[in-house]
Amino acid sequence: MREVAIIGVGMTKWGELWEKSLRTIFVETSLLAMDDAGVDHVDSMYIGSMSSGLFVGQEHLGSLLADYLGQKPIPAARVESACASGGLALRLGFIEVASGMSDIVLVAGVEKMTDLNPNEATYALGTAADQEYEGYHGITFPGLYALIAKAHMERYGTTREQLAMVAVKNHENGSHNPLAQFPFRITLEAVLNSPLVADPLRVLDCSPITDGAAAVVLAPVEVAKKLKKPVVKIIGSGHATDSIALAQREDITWLESTYQAARKALAMAGKKIEEINVFEVHDCFTIAEILVIEALGLVDKGKGGQAVEAGLTKLDGRFPVNPSGGLKAKGHPVGATGVAQAIEIVKQLRGEAGARQVKAARFGLTQNMGGTGGSSVVHVFAVD
Amino acid sequence: MPTPARYWREIPQRYRYEAGQCRKCSLILFPPRLVCPRCKGREFETVTLAETGKIITYTIIRVPPHQFVDQAPYAIGIVELDNGVRLMGQVVDCPFEELKTGLRVRLEFRKMMDEGEAGVIYYGYKFVPA
Repeated sequence: MREVAIIGVGMTKWGELWEKSLRTIFVETSLLAMDDAGVDHVDSMYIGSMSSGLFVGQEHLGSLLADYLGQKPIPAARVESACASGGLALRLGFIEVASGMSDIVLVAGVEKMTDLNPNEATYALGTAADQEYEGYHGITFPGLYALIAKAHMERYGTTREQLAMVAVKNHENGSHNPLAQFPFRITLEAVLNSPLVADPLRVLDCSPITDGAAAVVLAPVEVAKKLKKPVVKIIGSGHATDSIALAQREDITWLESTYQAARKALAMAGKKIEEINVFEVHDCFTIAEILVIEALGLVDKGKGGQAVEAGLTKLDGRFPVNPSGGLKAKGHPVGATGVAQAIEIVKQLRGEAGARQVKAARFGLTQNMGGTGGSSVVHVFAVD
Repeated sequence: MPTPARYWREIPQRYRYEAGQCRKCSLILFPPRLVCPRCKGREFETVTLAETGKIITYTIIRVPPHQFVDQAPYAIGIVELDNGVRLMGQVVDCPFEELKTGLRVRLEFRKMMDEGEAGVIYYGYKFVPA
């Protein structure tokens, strides 16, 4: 296998982009990534998108987007693994460059979510759950994570305030990210007093509905070394699956797919979790970040809430988690999220993260998951 | 609107609570599967679910998907039945303040939703306090 580097990154402001279509936000971000890499042609493309069919009625994205990016007739594939679609697209692009099948590969993620009204969007997102045995009963994604949160609180004593602290921390970080959908601070009281969505989760425990795209360009390390930027490599990639129906998990408070994906990615990288300096993880709901830091092994099982309260995951803590603002503040255009996580790690490792820069970051990790952990993709990054 | 086949092929599970029990390792699977996730066995016997169990976690859905807008707010729980099977369903005929983990419930056959005046009426199981 060849060593693979990220030679270009591109992201535009996320939010409610009423005036822009899916293809437009994809092309804008992809051009930024290609300009950052200094290329005007790519050999192939992978595009993460969870549900363009339900959100905007458009499938067959690979060909559409290759055409609008001026790249036809290159091979281009759309990749789907619910909210882990972007992370999985990155993994497939990584495998393609590592294998020698292609040299320059564009990996993008895109989701255009605001064309639907909120109840329709809730339905579209809900298709990532088991439609016949969960969706049929009226469950939603906030509802699924609420079921987990309730169990975690009762079993481990995780408090309502500790959940809120995840949102407060991520908004604090996101206030330094001009591309975030909600680049401002929020208070603990604001989270605790926001309207209930699915008890015990409130609106400010939830990542928002977002239009957005993100893109990176991958190349063999030899190509990256000719460019005038720090060389950020992908040194580990892991992917794992689990039952998508929550009731069928052995332990509903444990993300086995994240544990497995992280184990594989770290083994490939030859790193221990303690050696990683900065993390971008899938905080689609506040409880999710607590589950993830447990499954990654940053804290013991059940101790995630206490760790957040103790400041372990703050920007200046031992393990800074979600310096970008996370899904909570940055936004969560589902298919784009996994790619945007990689972009934040590249910026951190290049030392380009400005006010949210983690000091002396050399190794970074991304964790992107689908559904309630029915799939997880973990990548480990290093800067030369 | 999907064809009714999407609905009626699940009737054995939704009306009659049919599950599959692995002949090799005895694990009960709901819904039934063709491969046992524990022992990879491929032979199953049809069994019916235990009709009582206890809530292991629950929530109240206040922002529903569009098909459930006229039912919200409603409670959903994961229940562990007395034969060990876990499944999700709405908890009804129970004031929200009386919901708690460990609450004994039983399966009851109920209307789930409908597709409008000329569409299919969907039925299935919900949980009620035992």
